[in-house]
Amino acid sequence: MLRGLWKLTWIEIKIFLREPLGALGTIGIPVLVFLGAGRMLGRTAAPASPAASNFIGVGLPVLASVLIAIGAVLSLVTIISIYREGGILKRLRATPLRPQTILTAHVVVKLLLSAATLVLLVLAGKRYYPVGIHAPLLGFTVALLISTWSILSIGFLIASIVPTARFAQPIGAVIMYPMLAVSGLFAPVASLPPVGQAVAKVLPLTYAVSLLEGIWKGDSWWAHTHDVVALVVAFLLCTALSARVFRWE
Amino acid sequence: MRPVIEVSAIRKTYGSTVAVDDVSFEVSDGEIFGLIGPNGAGKTTTMECIEGLRRPDRGSISVLGLNPIHDVYQLQERIGVQLQQAQLQKRIKVWEAVDLWASLYKKKTIDGERLLEQLGLVEKRNAWFMTLSGGQKQRLFIALALINNPELVFLDELTTGLDPQARRAIWDLVRGIRERGKTVFLTTHLMEEAERLCDRVAIIEHGRIIDIDSPASLVNRHCPERTVVLATDDRNAAERFRTIPRVESLVSNNSSSNSSDNSHGNSQFTIRGLGDDLVTEVIHCLSENRIRVTEFRTILPNLEDVFLKLTGHSIRD
Repeated sequence: MLRGLWKLTWIEIKIFLREPLGALGTIGIPVLVFLGAGRMLGRTAAPASPAASNFIGVGLPVLASVLIAIGAVLSLVTIISIYREGGILKRLRATPLRPQTILTAHVVVKLLLSAATLVLLVLAGKRYYPVGIHAPLLGFTVALLISTWSILSIGFLIASIVPTARFAQPIGAVIMYPMLAVSGLFAPVASLPPVGQAVAKVLPLTYAVSLLEGIWKGDSWWAHTHDVVALVVAFLLCTALSARVFRWE
Repeated sequence: MRPVIEVSAIRKTYGSTVAVDDVSFEVSDGEIFGLIGPNGAGKTTTMECIEGLRRPDRGSISVLGLNPIHDVYQLQERIGVQLQQAQLQKRIKVWEAVDLWASLYKKKTIDGERLLEQLGLVEKRNAWFMTLSGGQKQRLFIALALINNPELVFLDELTTGLDPQARRAIWDLVRGIRERGKTVFLTTHLMEEAERLCDRVAIIEHGRIIDIDSPASLVNRHCPERTVVLATDDRNAAERFRTIPRVESLVSNNSSSNSSDNSHGNSQFTIRGLGDDLVTEVIHCLSENRIRVTEFRTILPNLEDVFLKLTGHSIRD
């Protein structure tokens, strides 16, 4: 079933790197946001302010990480819709290649890319933030990969239904970024109005943020089982839905 | 021997539009079979149903003994497909595409490098897909359709948009495919292409098949007229020509009618009649009566005329 997967994945990575603008945008934006926001906050807020240092210490890395995930989703949505519009998906379909293999290849590419961006972030953070960070980086990487993988399934769903490549990026952004607002990243979910809380509970990004923040702060995985379960459920739900509505052309 | 493709009474609709209606035909082993008709006649839909990319609403299809819907992956292993207006990733290199395709099949594929050589793509092996010309892209798609050494090759509007030179080169390639013992199923709206390539053609219009046969038989059946155009200065020529059997019309243009001082003016005659024998009869008449001609040519009807006759309009309308 996975015949051709590694070759396709490898080719897709090479193709991605051949588009300097796309590569720069996907990898560069989270890093720039991370550095820019950190600089701004670090300068305005006095070191004594616990809220600011908490944001730099926990919120910012998580925000940057979620941006990585969203970047991956938007890029997946765009690529799939361009491939569909250009007849590339259809051409691939007229081979023994399975649809799952094509999607898996793109997910693997995005996950590898997310991991690479994260490494860049950590390096940048070490260089520019003299604050000692003792986050479990390996665990955090795993948490980010799980989150990205789950949120990517929303990407499948969007990619399955957007009419044309031109709409893919804006529709994706309109769906993804508001999720950030209620995700608990800027204000704790408990402090949101009841409607906001209800919305937050059904959105996978909330669980991703909770998982990422927890792991960053050094929580055990056991404390976040429900986040992981929620992310897996979201993945299964979106994948099943998109398998039903997916259009090859 | 069992036909390679058996299509029986398939129908396919998109909403209220009937794309293919009650289409049946068979394709036998080793032939080049063409489905010809204008754009929108249902050629691509029919072909994609056979390839397993679309499911007909009604009717049955058997390809290499397989059901294209249920056995689609088994079928894909054994067929090669070139789709109309397909694209690849813009920045995929030629060799990468061939290499990727070769990795998708269970069975042993043929040597990709040799294939590129045969298709004249060796110098382009490191080029990005987006930089290839139309003809080079089509040749790459042919390479991808042949990489798994398929028993049956589908070519959809292979030469549309190519210049005449590239078109001829592609025709030679298609003949080469048949010479390797493969069956070719192609669609085209170019009558010349069908006439030059196909062993048999099916004419399709408005989703229905109008007739199926070899190009020559179709022409003979539907357009038996033959036309001879000749020029002579023999004054009795017209009289003689009228005695030729099965002549239906005789038109003469006296090219020097306005120069009365030239009594040796040439007259051009257009002789129309039925049947293959017309040309022989005209030649016989010329030699028997020692008529000296300065011009002689025959105009034979072609598939274009057949199409016009069967549908009442040209294929380009």
